[in-house]
Amino acid sequence: MLKRTPLYDKHLTLKAKMVPFAGWEMPIYYPQGIIAEHKAVRSSCGVFDIGHMGIIKLKGQSAKLKSAELFLNKIGTNDVAKLSDYSCQYSVICNEEGGVVDDILIYKFPDHYIVVANASNTDKVLAWFSSHAEGVEIKLLDDTSMLAIQGQQAESVVVELFGDEEIAKLKRNHCLVLGDITVSRTGYTGEDGFELFVPNKKMAELWDSIIGMKVQPCGLGARDTLRLEAGLPLYGHEYNDKTTPLEAGYSWAVKLGKEFIGRGALLKERKRKLVGIVLEEKNIPREGFKVYNGGTDPIGEVTSGTFSPSLEKPIALAYIYNRETGDKVSLEIRGKRIEGKIVSLPFIKR
Amino acid sequence: MYPENLKYSTEHEWAKVDGVMATIGISHYAQDSLGDVVYVELPAEGKTVGAMDNIGVVESVKTVSTLYSPVAGEVVEVNKELQEKPALVNEDPYGKGWMLKIKMSNPADLDKLLSASDYQAQLH
Repeated sequence: MLKRTPLYDKHLTLKAKMVPFAGWEMPIYYPQGIIAEHKAVRSSCGVFDIGHMGIIKLKGQSAKLKSAELFLNKIGTNDVAKLSDYSCQYSVICNEEGGVVDDILIYKFPDHYIVVANASNTDKVLAWFSSHAEGVEIKLLDDTSMLAIQGQQAESVVVELFGDEEIAKLKRNHCLVLGDITVSRTGYTGEDGFELFVPNKKMAELWDSIIGMKVQPCGLGARDTLRLEAGLPLYGHEYNDKTTPLEAGYSWAVKLGKEFIGRGALLKERKRKLVGIVLEEKNIPREGFKVYNGGTDPIGEVTSGTFSPSLEKPIALAYIYNRETGDKVSLEIRGKRIEGKIVSLPFIKR
Repeated sequence: MYPENLKYSTEHEWAKVDGVMATIGISHYAQDSLGDVVYVELPAEGKTVGAMDNIGVVESVKTVSTLYSPVAGEVVEVNKELQEKPALVNEDPYGKGWMLKIKMSNPADLDKLLSASDYQAQLH
């Protein structure tokens, strides 16, 4: 039985195409289509139901937060001690071999932490926490859901939505608590934007207000093309239990100067690197396609690929085993070699 | 959404017949399932194809779908406008989104295709 977010009926009303995703029944696109939704976010703004994300609350048991901080520093690659109240950081949970259990956002509040996990990994992260936590109370918040408003116009929309000018002053990776709603300046599109934590019972009304402001509803399809143009990794594609955050280019979120699970393995660097590839022809690269540099043996493999609505060209993320081979590569697509070029990430610069 | 004057394959192609010429495209259901079409790969003009041969691909943002030839014959023309405007497949699947024209070598292939009502009935 697929789970439904509090906005399920709203998606049906808007005639969204619904698909199963990570155990949830989610909108993949609305009648406007992925490209129009994508362009709305790049040119003005769009709203996404991200109610499938796992929201996990952590508290130190003796009403002290220190135990939760120590725990999060042990299971995550980034340094939680650097977080101030009402801010968040990107971190990666690694296994002992340095492979990725999940990539997460960690929020610090005066009396607790919130971890946002990928929908596909929420159960795994909860089990991982339970097996490694000491003196920490862990709870999945199933009475709260998330919503994202992304794009250059997101700030004016969210300010108007709550009638609160303080939102405009919010810095990237900081959040503001407005009663029972938390507004965070974060996102997964490469644009300015906000992610909101909202009680389930208030979600439908909030969604109606946003749609009433002529904000484009966007599905998982546009979420994927937007994150790909922004060069952002997605678990199950760029990340899995065999890939490391260093290979994916996230060394800035890996603090090797402190102890954490997987550190020992990450000290041994690997040769594989995640790169972006732009193709000159119109065939779309898909996950698993091999990358070549002239020879008969592949030098890498595509992890995600799509048509970039902004560049109007096919793009891919791929792991390359030998980066010293130059920028000219080819992809094998249905038996043909299609020329491409390795480019620096993100594909779209802001 | 499914014009009565067309014949349909179970793989969601349509054929519009005029004598021995058949114009081929994909159905409303196919374009709607694919979503935004971003690339259509078609066979070369002059190529001989068999009925239900794999003759091309239709790529959308999310997925790729094989194009089958509902009839056997010679490809006499392909819709070159789709190279620059693949979205025509979504906007006008039975009109400007047509894909190719085949000079049929075996018009009996048409007997294996479905009427609009039979095609619609098997969609559900």
